[in-house]
Amino acid sequence: MNDTWAIEAHGLGKRYRRGWALRDCSFRIPAGRICGLVGPNGAGKSTLLNLAARLRRPTAGSLRLFGTSISDPEAILRMAFLPQDKPLFKRFTVEETLRLGRELNPGWDQTVAERIVGAGNIPLHARVGTLSGGQRTRVAFALAFGKRPNLLVLDEPMADLDPLARHETAATLMAETADSGTTVVMSSHLLGELADMCDYLVLLCDGRIRLAGDVDELLPAHRLITGTGAHLEPHTVVESRTTGRQTTALIRPEGAIAPSWAVAEPCLEDVLLAYLRAPAAPVLMTDVARVPEPAVAA
Amino acid sequence: MNTIEFRIDRRSGVATYLQIVDQVKQALRLGVLIEGDRLPTAREVAETTAVNPNTTLKAYRELEREGLVEPRPGRGTFVLHSLAKPAGADDSPLRAELRDWITRAHAAGLQREDITAVFTSLTDDHYGHH
Repeated sequence: MNDTWAIEAHGLGKRYRRGWALRDCSFRIPAGRICGLVGPNGAGKSTLLNLAARLRRPTAGSLRLFGTSISDPEAILRMAFLPQDKPLFKRFTVEETLRLGRELNPGWDQTVAERIVGAGNIPLHARVGTLSGGQRTRVAFALAFGKRPNLLVLDEPMADLDPLARHETAATLMAETADSGTTVVMSSHLLGELADMCDYLVLLCDGRIRLAGDVDELLPAHRLITGTGAHLEPHTVVESRTTGRQTTALIRPEGAIAPSWAVAEPCLEDVLLAYLRAPAAPVLMTDVARVPEPAVAA
Repeated sequence: MNTIEFRIDRRSGVATYLQIVDQVKQALRLGVLIEGDRLPTAREVAETTAVNPNTTLKAYRELEREGLVEPRPGRGTFVLHSLAKPAGADDSPLRAELRDWITRAHAAGLQREDITAVFTSLTDDHYGHH
């Protein structure tokens, strides 16, 4: 097992009957990161997560989890996948659900699972079908972390939760990651919440990678500039808008910015929104995210 | 018992790790944190604020680099020395003088924002912009 890269994709693609859902994706995610997977609906996020969970097979390219190709069933022994609908047996009690986790997973950690359930004051004898959305998410997290995964893959983990349950869920996720060092990859539309939780980002549009790397490197690569100027060269323009005489642009500076521009540091949400609005913006991948050539054979 | 609880302002535009660094320093200045206190673990911070544990550790590394705290393996991160200045304490003459000045400024018609602007401008003049 290779401990450096939790995920390495090379030329990864998936074609359904209606066309390519994911195409030419090459990127990597270092172990220990908490990675947000962002993109519009239909961008290929769920397809990518399903490939990582071995629920679907890639049409092209290769995908490795901790160095093991997903063509090998062993690759997912130490990964846990939580789909958006969080499938649980509604007629099982919480206790029976945890027992199922224990029976099915050789490395099961009952202490961790009970701690997560206990922190939500969920009675162990309650049937899963009677729980609130937040409580069901907590039980699903208990199952996922009880497996003691090296990689936890979450598809929209907080989409259907109210703000309070969302905060509690996020807090549990971050706290459990602190001890275990688990690599987390989660898709989400909640850009504000991603900003707090994620230190790594992968942005997909139309099945292709648009942005990938450490947040600490991606953010400082951008500036938000406002002014009456018209010349944005030589900077790389991600998105620009002109209203009356005023131009506002999100750029990747190439050299000094002319003093006539008012310059601000964008927050993560500014950057993500700009890329989501401008799908044709030039791709940015940091050195860490880029898979070195020549390609490693699958 | 926890010595300090961080409050993260999502709208401020200040990086989360810097907010933690600033809040620890502020607590050190005010004597809320003193030498020997243990900072909350990354897990404890995550439980209350849902902040990425790597972010908390990054803030603590910065504080360590500045010589303010020290990690002790297996036990946590501890405050090495306080930043409290006795001359700025609650009952100090300097503080009393500033209180008098604010009272006079208020009487002269200055609002809170005006006072802050004067204060910022003068401290910038004296210490330089940061």
